[in-house]
Amino acid sequence: MLVVACAVGVSLTAGVYLTSSRDLLRCVIGISLIGVSANLAMFAAGRSTTASAPPVVLEGARQLPVDAANPLPQALVLTAIVISFALTCFSLVLALVLQQRTGISDADALRRSEPPPCPDGKPPLEGEC
Amino acid sequence: MSSLVLTPVLVPLGTALLTAALVGQPRAQRLTALLGTGALLGCAGALLREVQRMGPVRTHLGAWPAPFGIELVADGLGAAMVLLMAIVGAVTLLFQQSCADPAPARPGLLPLFSVLLAGVGGTFVTGDLFNLYVWFEVLLLAALGLLALGGQVRQLDATLKYFVLNTLGTLLLLVGIGYLYAATGHLNFGALREAAGRGEAASWLPFLVVPLLAFLVKAGAFPLFAWLPASYHTLPGPLLALFAGLLTKVGVYAILRTLSDVFAASPRVIYECVGWLAVPTMIVGALGAAYHWDLRRILAFHVISQIGYLLLGVGLGTMAGASATVFYLGHNVLAKTNLVLIAAIVFRLGGSYDLRRCGGLYKARPLLAVMFLISALAMVGAPPLSGFWAKLMLIRETLLLERGVWAAAALTTGFLTLYSMSKIWLEAFWKERPPRDESHGSEAGHALERPEGLGCAYAAVGILAGLTVALGLFPEPVVSFLDRSAGQLGVARVHPSPGFGGAP
Repeated sequence: MLVVACAVGVSLTAGVYLTSSRDLLRCVIGISLIGVSANLAMFAAGRSTTASAPPVVLEGARQLPVDAANPLPQALVLTAIVISFALTCFSLVLALVLQQRTGISDADALRRSEPPPCPDGKPPLEGEC
Repeated sequence: MSSLVLTPVLVPLGTALLTAALVGQPRAQRLTALLGTGALLGCAGALLREVQRMGPVRTHLGAWPAPFGIELVADGLGAAMVLLMAIVGAVTLLFQQSCADPAPARPGLLPLFSVLLAGVGGTFVTGDLFNLYVWFEVLLLAALGLLALGGQVRQLDATLKYFVLNTLGTLLLLVGIGYLYAATGHLNFGALREAAGRGEAASWLPFLVVPLLAFLVKAGAFPLFAWLPASYHTLPGPLLALFAGLLTKVGVYAILRTLSDVFAASPRVIYECVGWLAVPTMIVGALGAAYHWDLRRILAFHVISQIGYLLLGVGLGTMAGASATVFYLGHNVLAKTNLVLIAAIVFRLGGSYDLRRCGGLYKARPLLAVMFLISALAMVGAPPLSGFWAKLMLIRETLLLERGVWAAAALTTGFLTLYSMSKIWLEAFWKERPPRDESHGSEAGHALERPEGLGCAYAAVGILAGLTVALGLFPEPVVSFLDRSAGQLGVARVHPSPGFGGAP
């Protein structure tokens, strides 16, 4: 259990550190790391430690052993992994395309969708200021 | 007919599959998508009738009984939301057929559109917390696809910002669901309701806050809304209408479902927090709108301010508050969608979304001006339009609970909304048309002279304006239905208070 807890902590720390970076690719990878820590936390919710028995009804028994792992969080984590895989792929492509097409990898400098205001403080007209 | 509850998911998903298969034939694809949303509208109407007659409709997938299998359930609240979704979907798709700033006709457009509707429909009918997360992801992916579809750099930039904040939101949701499951041992709404009623609130309350935070991100509440004004204004007209009309409301629906139904046994402090968050959400949204001159950005900020009203209704934490919230939601979806669609027509006629470049539309298009006035005044809350009843119900309940500050904030925001709406009215409709700006390119200036292909756009706008007027003139059946549906929510057992229609 301690190992899982440490893994959650480490991946969350790394993820938050990378996400707070201004570099687009680092930020995107950081988010997928946070996703990993979320999956691990979910996994831990199901008593899935090395000491627990597999969730199999033994021959002759009528129910799971008392210390069996709960299979439901594992199924949920599997779903979440698949979804986060799709999101990671999409976001990596997105960040790469943005870098290639703008030549900018700094999130602060990337203001194409929200251009800064004109010198007089008014919002910019399209394509001006 | 318990299988009706599957239709809000299956019909759009089927449409998505068919439109994806028909990628090579744009005409057939368009026809399929239109038929699909039409069928969805029919199914949503049938579902609402069924719920009205027989009470909540539920089905268990895989025939596993309730706390184990995934349950799909439509109560009054869910069915009403599904109908709203079907209306917005059908109207925006109709609008897409016109030439007023339609989304570029990429092959992926209609499949993604349908998947988005399936995701929204799934969140409205699911009876399972993890399933709710899955639908949130489905609609997040479809929304990202639609945002990036245009392929312009500013759209990709917007997509990235939308992605980062919304994905953090869904990750919070995932962790929160894991913890709630660990604390209560359930994911099914009904089972969670019982577990929350039985157990000590302290055992699950800390874990409830995490998904609530995620829903607040999705809804665009006060400190967490940065993704919304960064991305919405890059969308083409009909898609912006769909996003502004539906997506943030899904977040509000999820908050309403958790706080007013499933975890209605929560201590009052949670409702207090939501109510106090609503105050800055309303005011900051309206102030942000006041700064901008771009129609899309004004309307995007107003989405936030309207979310504030909805959160206020949830924060009241009573049955009448819940019923007023749903009425407000319905009114807001119709009026907001219509305003965005009208903005797209203004763009088509005037050549720009920027109010400083528009003008003279009252003289040129009086009918459009009337449509705008209907939606804008409904938004402000002028009688006899739908917004008047929505605000009356909400603020009456706020005052009954002696929440003077909240009521004052709601009324102030009404004035700020009036300011923005009169700004649009004065600039786009009453002002003389500004002289043509040669440097601005060919689109501006002569768009007014060749306005062909706007029939579908006017039809869409007319339908929504008609619905707004109808809801304003005959609110009684809707109010009594919503009061009855609110009576089935968990909050009715904890904090019953008579609704506006007088039903207990």
